[in-house]
Amino acid sequence: MTTSLKKAAPARPKHVRGRKSAKSDIRLFNGLGQLALVVWALLVIIPILWVFLASFKNTTEIFSSPWTIPADLRWENYSRAWTKARVGDYFLNSVWVVAWSTFGTMLLGSMAAYVLARYEFWGRRALYFLFVAGLAFPTFLAIVPLFFVVKQLGLLNTHTGLILVYIAYSLPFTVFFLCAFFRTLPTSVAEAGIIDGCSHTSLFFRVMLPMAKPGMISVAIFNIIGQWAQYLLPLVLVGGNQDKWVLTQGIAQISVTAGYEADWSGLFAALTISILPMIIVYGIFQRQIQSGLTAGAVK
Amino acid sequence: MRHGKYPFIVGFLFAPVTLYVVFVIWPYLQAFYISLNAWRGFAVPPRWVGFDNFSRMLFEDDRFWRAVWHNGILLITLPLITIAIALFFAFLLSVGGKSKGGDMAGIWGSKFYRVVFFFPQVLAVPIIAVLFQTVYRPNESGLINGVLMKLGLDPVLFMIKPNLALPSIIAVLVWQAVGFYVVLFSAGMGSIPKDLYEAAELDGASRPRMFFNVTLPLLRDTLQVAWVYLGIAAFDAFAIVNVLAIADGGPDGATTVVALEIYRAYGKNDFGYASALGVALFFLTITFAALTLRVTKREAIEY
Repeated sequence: MTTSLKKAAPARPKHVRGRKSAKSDIRLFNGLGQLALVVWALLVIIPILWVFLASFKNTTEIFSSPWTIPADLRWENYSRAWTKARVGDYFLNSVWVVAWSTFGTMLLGSMAAYVLARYEFWGRRALYFLFVAGLAFPTFLAIVPLFFVVKQLGLLNTHTGLILVYIAYSLPFTVFFLCAFFRTLPTSVAEAGIIDGCSHTSLFFRVMLPMAKPGMISVAIFNIIGQWAQYLLPLVLVGGNQDKWVLTQGIAQISVTAGYEADWSGLFAALTISILPMIIVYGIFQRQIQSGLTAGAVK
Repeated sequence: MRHGKYPFIVGFLFAPVTLYVVFVIWPYLQAFYISLNAWRGFAVPPRWVGFDNFSRMLFEDDRFWRAVWHNGILLITLPLITIAIALFFAFLLSVGGKSKGGDMAGIWGSKFYRVVFFFPQVLAVPIIAVLFQTVYRPNESGLINGVLMKLGLDPVLFMIKPNLALPSIIAVLVWQAVGFYVVLFSAGMGSIPKDLYEAAELDGASRPRMFFNVTLPLLRDTLQVAWVYLGIAAFDAFAIVNVLAIADGGPDGATTVVALEIYRAYGKNDFGYASALGVALFFLTITFAALTLRVTKREAIEY
């Protein structure tokens, strides 16, 4: 390393000057960069912080002093949002639906992916292609027929219907991702299991699934966040029964009614209720969430 | 591995395949058929009309063309702005710091920034849309206008002025997306061998030079993925427009997108037409994905 530097230096003396100006370049670039980073961090933090503050104010305060600390901690905004605006119901509905749909997606998705990745049988390629093709279609294309399919099955305005549809629409990515993952696992362990008299089913649940844990966690996080954010499907499938609404459609509705009733503090409290848990979860699982969400892009 | 193989395969595939065919494949296939029918409302059965829905869409529906135009704007601006900002930040966070003998370090506090920037990705779009409704509000209760009016300035009517509404929506989409791509690009930059930067530094390359001549070419594959992802997001944009824009893609259709037109047609029980719009969206998306992959296809750089 050092020898090559010594050799190069006399041959190209103009680079000495080049290095000096590069140093001041770096300082300028870093200064501007640091500033830009701070500005962007504030752009992310301020709106959220501002909502938290406003959630404790009353309407007069929101209009007269939008930038100050609230005069009182008005928890009644929260109880109004939780019960009267029903954020509590919507929140729990979302948790219920996403818990089941993610569980179902992971179970069915990993079973399908495992068989498609590790077993040779007639129609395997066609079936794999069928799953992956789902990635190319926009969900919007399906909404009209999907509505009628769910209606005919008697599952309209039910959480069961919503959960099944979430699972079905999460399968393409889950199968695609986990298939690639199962293919990377060594075959020797599976063969040893079969020789030991393990059935195919218990081989999957006892040996292969634990080995696929890192991939499973990534896809599970991806699905939880995706299904939590779903808006179109609940709008179409449970829109008719307000008791079944999930958080995304509930919040959108609350912002409309807050306009009619001029209950802005209630809206801010509702927003806080939907953002704060995400901050906590993100704070704890930050590393896993980042790698889980970007795993799909990196492949 | 032969013992009881087929019962096992069938047993494992039965539930996922059934669910997938019933709720995904079958509706998608039906959508193409329904798009060739006039079908308004629950009471009247669908009636075959051939390509009537498509000629109505292409020749009579101004809103459809406005929607396509807006998706086009999103398709160009959303990836360009997001990728530019994210690349800049990712570069700063990965190799922006002081270097010790060519060993590049991230800028001070890079971990903190990465965590904060990424956070909006975790929030659901409708919640972000409601958040920005309050940020953009046209009176003193809005975050931005509250400041402007305190300073004695006129409020900016973000979502009310037709020429301001779409840029305001794009800003929110960029706000949410940047952090994800910062993390994605950082990962890509992390896999670039250090000695390449070392060599560049020995040759006296400035930081911007290093960025354009070393980082960017080696990040090609990641950039392509980012472009496809953001493009697909640009073709959707339903949740943000539906919640944030006033009057259903308003003011006066100034923010409408194809996905919103589909939902509007569906809401009016105009099922045939909604499906025809869906077919159009499908072909737009497929064309974009195929074009991107074709145009950006080039031999990978070996290192």
